[in-house]
Order: sequence, then C-alpha cells, then structure tokens
Amino acid sequence: MTAAITRAANRHLSRRSLLRSGGALVVGFGLAKPALAQVLAGAERLLGKTLDPGELDGFFAVHADGSVTLFSGKVDLGQGLRVAYKQIVAEELGIAPDRVSLVEGDTALTPDQGPTAGSSGVMRGGMQIRRAAATAREALIRVASEQLGLPVEELEAANGEVRSRTGGKGIGFGALIGDRRFAMKVDAKAKLKDPDTYAVVGKPLPRPDVPGKVTGTHGFVHDFKLPGMLHGRSIRPPSVDAKLVSVDESSIGHIPGARAVRINDFLGVVADDEWDAIAAAKALKAAWSESAPLVGHGGVRDWMLAGPFESDQKIVNKGDAGGALGAASEKLEATYYWPVQTHGSMGPSCAVADMRDGGVTVWTASQATHKFRGVYAKMLGLPAEKVRLVYLDGSGCYGMNGHDDAGADAILLSRAVGRPVRVQWSRADEHGWDPKGPPQMLRMQGALTPEGRIAAWRAEMWIPKATAGLPNVPLLAAVEAGIGQAPGISTGLISQNGDPPYAADNVEVLVHWLKDSPLRPSNIRAPGKIANSWAVESFVDELALKAGKDPLEFRLAGLSNPRGVEVLKRTAALIGWKPRTAPNRSGRGQGIAYVHYKHNETLVAIGMDVEIDRRTGAIKVTKIACAHDCGQVINPDALKLQIEGNILQTLSRTLFEEVTFDKARVTSLDWAGYPILTFPDAPEIVIDVIGRPKEPPLGAGEAATTPVPGALANAILDAAGVRLRAVPFTRKRIKEALERGAA
Amino acid sequence: MAKYNFAVNGRAQSVDSRDPAQPLLYVLRNALGLTGAKYGCGLGQCGACTVLVDGEAVRSCQFPVSAAAGRKITTIEGLGTPDKPHPVQEAFIAEQAAQCGYCINGMVMTSAALLQKNPKPTPEQAREALAANLCRCGTHQRIVRAVMRAAGRT
Repeated sequence: MTAAITRAANRHLSRRSLLRSGGALVVGFGLAKPALAQVLAGAERLLGKTLDPGELDGFFAVHADGSVTLFSGKVDLGQGLRVAYKQIVAEELGIAPDRVSLVEGDTALTPDQGPTAGSSGVMRGGMQIRRAAATAREALIRVASEQLGLPVEELEAANGEVRSRTGGKGIGFGALIGDRRFAMKVDAKAKLKDPDTYAVVGKPLPRPDVPGKVTGTHGFVHDFKLPGMLHGRSIRPPSVDAKLVSVDESSIGHIPGARAVRINDFLGVVADDEWDAIAAAKALKAAWSESAPLVGHGGVRDWMLAGPFESDQKIVNKGDAGGALGAASEKLEATYYWPVQTHGSMGPSCAVADMRDGGVTVWTASQATHKFRGVYAKMLGLPAEKVRLVYLDGSGCYGMNGHDDAGADAILLSRAVGRPVRVQWSRADEHGWDPKGPPQMLRMQGALTPEGRIAAWRAEMWIPKATAGLPNVPLLAAVEAGIGQAPGISTGLISQNGDPPYAADNVEVLVHWLKDSPLRPSNIRAPGKIANSWAVESFVDELALKAGKDPLEFRLAGLSNPRGVEVLKRTAALIGWKPRTAPNRSGRGQGIAYVHYKHNETLVAIGMDVEIDRRTGAIKVTKIACAHDCGQVINPDALKLQIEGNILQTLSRTLFEEVTFDKARVTSLDWAGYPILTFPDAPEIVIDVIGRPKEPPLGAGEAATTPVPGALANAILDAAGVRLRAVPFTRKRIKEALERGAA
Repeated sequence: MAKYNFAVNGRAQSVDSRDPAQPLLYVLRNALGLTGAKYGCGLGQCGACTVLVDGEAVRSCQFPVSAAAGRKITTIEGLGTPDKPHPVQEAFIAEQAAQCGYCINGMVMTSAALLQKNPKPTPEQAREALAANLCRCGTHQRIVRAVMRAAGRT
C-alpha cells in the first residue's frame, strides 16, 4: 500500500464506513502503522461495486473531491506499473497523476485483467485502462456539456475538470459525477488522445512507492498483521513425494501455545509468537517415508534426450531445412544447455489467511489473485464468492515463486485452527520448494550459402510440455493434504524465439516435448526465451565467423526490420563496436546479440565488453550497452530501471545459477549453494531508450533479458576463443574450456 | 521469560523473550512493530535484516536479543521518514533506487554505516561495502549511484 493509496482512502472515509468496518477488520502493518486499517475501511466502503472489465465502474470511481481511484486487476510487483498506470489514467482522463490512486489485485474490488505476467502490464492491462479512461473522459464531457450548455466539441478535460477550450469556468470531476456510478460500458471506440499532446505520459515521474520502500514504511505482505493472528510454518517433507508416517506432537509440548496441524501428508505448526513457531517447526518430530523420485541435476541432459516424450512438433517450417542441410558441403552443429533455475526472491514467500464464517480472505503477493481465487475456492470446496484475495506487495518474484503455495499453506492452517494465520516460508523452503524454471536443451544445425548467408537453420528443442488446460501449478499444500489438484506441469510459453530473426532460406524448429520436468516447474522471467535466444545468438555468431564475416555485419545483412536494424546499430555505437572476423583472444572481448521478442514485440540489442583471466577462468563484465525499442514509452526512468534489472538478473542467471538436486531433494538451499550476482560483479550499464510515441507500447518486463547470455557468450569467445554452451558460465567451466582449447 | 532493555531509535525499550537466542529481527518486527528490517535468509547471507547496533551494520537475523541488552539500535524507521528522509534515503529516492524494495532496508542501512566511517567512498568502495547485500531485481547500479549522491560525489 502506498502513501498515496492511504491518503486517498482516508479521503474516502466517512464516519459510517468506519463504524461499519469496526470490529470486523481492525488490521495494520505492525504497531507503528495503523493506516492500513483506514485503507481497508476505505476500500470496504466500495465493496459491491462491479468487477466487470467491460463496465467503466469496473475500473474507476470518481469521488466527491474529484480524485479518482483506479481498480486494477494487474499489480505492481516492483516493476513500476503503479506509476505507469497513474500516468496513463492522468493523461487520458485529464487529471493530475497524484489525484489518481490505485487499488490493485483485490478480487473483491478489481476487474480480472489476467495475471500480471508475460510483460503484459502496460501492453495489455495499461491499454485496457487507457481505453476505459478515454471513455470516462468522454462521459464527463457529455455531462458537462449539458450543464454548461456548450457542445462537446468545444469542451476539454484537463486538471480534473471539464472546461471550454476557449476559457471560462470549468466543472470539476467531483461535481460532475462524484461518488456516483458511470453505469456505462467501456467504449472500444472511445477516442484516445493524440500522443503529440501528451503532457504526463512519457515523463520520468518518480514512482510513488519508493519513499516508503527506502524508509521502511511500505507495507509488504510480510509486514501484515491481523488481531488474533497466529504465526504458522509449513513443514515440507525431507524428500520430494515422501509420505508422512507419524507426528509426535509431544515434541513441541515445551513451546507455549505451539500446535501441530496435520492433514494427510500436509504438516504445519502454529504459535502465538513467530520465534516460537520457528522453534516448533524445528523441534517437531515427524517420520516420513523414503522417496527418491528425482533424476539429479547432473542427470538432466541424459534424461532430456531419453524422454519420455509427449510428442514431436515442428513449430516453424519454412522451405526444406533438412534437405538443405543434407545437400550442404559443410554444416555447423552445436548443442546448448540451460539448467533448472529458481526465482530466487529475496524475501521467502509469505501470506496471511483468515478463514471464518464459511469464507476466507487471503492477503497475498500473488501475480494472479483472480485466478487463485478460483483455485483456492476449489481447494476448499467453496463457491468463489466466499473467497477474497487481497494483493499486497511481496518480494520480487519474476514468475510464480512460492507465494501461491504459501497462500494455500496459510489457508489450510487457518481452517484447522480457526484463527488468522500468517505463513512465512524459510529461505530453505523458498530455494527448495518454489516451482522452478524448467531446463532446456537446444541442438542447432546450420549451413551457409556460397555468399555467406544462412542457407539452412534447424533448431531442435528438448523442453517440458506444459499440460494443456492445466488450471494452475499444483499447489504443494493441496497435494500433500490429498485435496484434488489437476496433475500436470506449467512452464509459460517456452518454445518461442528458437528461429533466427535474420534472413534464412530454409528454417525448421522442431520441439521434442518432454512429458515432465525434473522439478515442479512454473514460469520464470521471459519463459524459455532467454535460453532460446542465447542458443540462436550464439549460433548466429558461429555461422558469421564461419562465413568470415563480422558478427554485427552478418546480423545487419540478414535483418529487414528497420526497428531491429536501429537497435543493433545504436547498441554497436554505444559499446564502441570493433569489427572482427575471428576471435581476438587477447583476454578482452566484445559480443553483441539481438532479439525481436516473440518475433512481434519489443526489439532489443545488447553489447558487452568482458575480460577473462585465463589463469583462473574468472569473467569480468566491464560494460553493457543496450538499445531498447518498446514503442511508446510511458515512463522513461521506470523503463530504464526495468531494463537494468532485466540485464543484471540475467547476467546473474547466466554466470552463476543452477539449482542442484539429488535423487530426493533440492540441495542448493541458500545463497551459498545458489549464488547470485553481487555488487562487485555488476558492470556499468548504458541504455539508449528509443521512444516511439505514435507506436503502441510493448512489454518491457522481460525482453531485455533475452540477448544477455548471447552477448556474453559471444564476448567470451572473442576474448578467449572458447564457446560456452552450458549455463552457468562458471570459472570452472571457462577454465576447463580454456584447457581443452575448445572453440 | 527474561527482560531485555535497550534503546531503539532513541527510545528506551524493554522486551520479554523466552529465548535469549531469539534474533533481534523478530523482536523488532513483532514486539516493537518495526517492520522495516526484513527476513531474507536467517543466515546472515543477504543483508535484508540489517540494523545499526551502536552505529555498526549488523545482521539482526543473527543477532540474539540478549546481545542487544544495553545497546543502541537504529532501524531504518529511525533514520528518517518519507517526509523527513535521512540523506541516504533522500539519495535513494532521487536515484529511484528500488524495484520490489525488499532488500532496500539492508542497502540503506549498510550505506549509512559506510558513510559514517567513510564519508567519501569511491564507487568501488561502495560496491565492496555492499558486496554481501543481495538484490534480485538488479538495482545495483542505482544503489551505487545513490551512495555516491549521498556522499556528494555526483
């Protein structure tokens, strides 16, 4: 909850609403921050409003004081959506951004706009909201037209009022409609403002949540408290799929108030005090069956080749790649492996559930509150109307981490003890049990024309097949408790961007769909496309060098999309590209890579300077340059921060990260076992944002991740003459490659 | 149940704890309602729980409440507020140096401790001082810039 929301909610308060909510919901963030009680009391007043995204009232409430609340089904996960939405609404409606407050992801108040995932926040959610705001503006102008006796053509909405374009006194939004419903549909034809007139969109407004975040006053779900709330811990089995044989509750008898909760194989503890809950989770004696269902991280590659497979599918088939490869006098082939990785949220997952009176409210950092409303309802055998999820900020998740599991844990514990329960996962819970990014393997084959263009390109992928129609990633608590969860796996769209964005005469992408994944998978940032783009951009470099061409020239020669050409050229200029036709092997190298995300979204190129210590294998990335074109930019500074984050997180994933596991369990259970990028590893980053105000805005939460490993691998090749084809690029791997002289 | 007395953000506090080994983090977050310090790992690896104890940056998830007795604790809430931010917090706001913000408590507190000892650190010194503070969102560049700004080096 931001200060802005608090202020806005305070403004909405009436004595009556306070009285009405008193007793039912007296809640707060810690003892020092009673403001949330008021926020929720303010929000409670609005309960019963329509949630229909087709209705204007689904998105907006205009209050008597003229301020506006936006009800957003999508949420700010730290990616800056909050300020972007304020700007979109402020611009389109004609009001100051600080007069717009947000309610995010509350299933009782916001329309279902789908999960906050897939870089869809601005591109889809934001555009839905923009159209609704334009509809609202036109409606307000029509009302004002009657009151002012002026034709709508002569009126404009600006600064929170409707006024004549030629001057004169206007009427404030509050006076026009304050606290009344629009009662009309969102008009798909509502006229959008001309981007040439934008005054708010495109400006680097500061994000409203930053002051709270840097002063410790921003309320995370981890900080949320309810009266009578117990602290809970879920206790996961020592091995994946192990069954609970027995529990000795007397083993926690010495801890005041501690109770064990067992539902079949689901086990948890609750206590009044958090430290007591932790102590009880540690002390509780439980016997589990032996279980060893996993393949082990060292065995994933062999397992992927062996199957079992769901099917083979040609997802791209242009010309005759097989025939062209067969006819080629010379062809290249290379295999790339991307390991299982974790989301690695800094804060282990947390949720608070209050099950009472035949219903439940869950305070959660879920990316998909509306979806999990149905999931939790089914888990409990309740109608969806009895389930409410309220979004509160969590620790950055970049896909489905453990937060939806923690929600299920909290619900089952609250149902069992009849009190509100807060479940906080431990570090080992998060590293061990959050659903993981699935592994990927790609085999590339290619051949060149005599002139040195791509004659044939064949990509084979070994990737887990997402189960069609799977309603949700099966939740740990529900599975353990024996409550039906549809079996299957979820991965996100992981097969895109396996074909090159450059001209090629014959192209085939063949997917060997695996039936399963080594550990329970979910979507992790830019699902699949980081590995695919890495393999593509590495292999393009291999083909360029084979053709005796400079890698940048080779790419530009094959690229017809002018926006793609521009990001590549600008990136080359930014990094100070030094053309080459062979690795320089001096220990310092440069690499470049490009992506057209999903072949139809954001365009990004990344250039990288690296140094390799040939003795130790240490890589130092000294500079990263990025040109980025996501069409219309809503907030250039927030966008730059997203790009920086995409780059550094993917640099971390490429250099350091692999989930390790044996036959029974994940073994990388902390930051020592699963190291990530640290400050001394973080290079200088320069970013060139190409704004295209007249183009639709495209997603920026993922695209810039994808060229990172390719640029890095290509720079390492230039510096040291070795081509790395397995992530992570550890010192050990580089040293071994140098010793082999592999190229 | 033993009582422990110490000062938090300039105010005398007296808290009960059944276990003298209870980490200060839980006392701050639950008994005192100071939720700025975050639980990140409970292992001293990430820094999300950092507070100042007698001016030193300390991992409160590893610091027993019994060891806090008689000490002066400063939490992020004691540095400054949204209306009156500490210069380090002001610099973080100016550089927009937070994404999800979960690690930022540790970044702010560690930076404040660094600047107490070394008011004019180089970017390399700042990176070194923050080397054991983890950020997953990739805000590193902004955070270093914020430290430089707070040091008057920009």
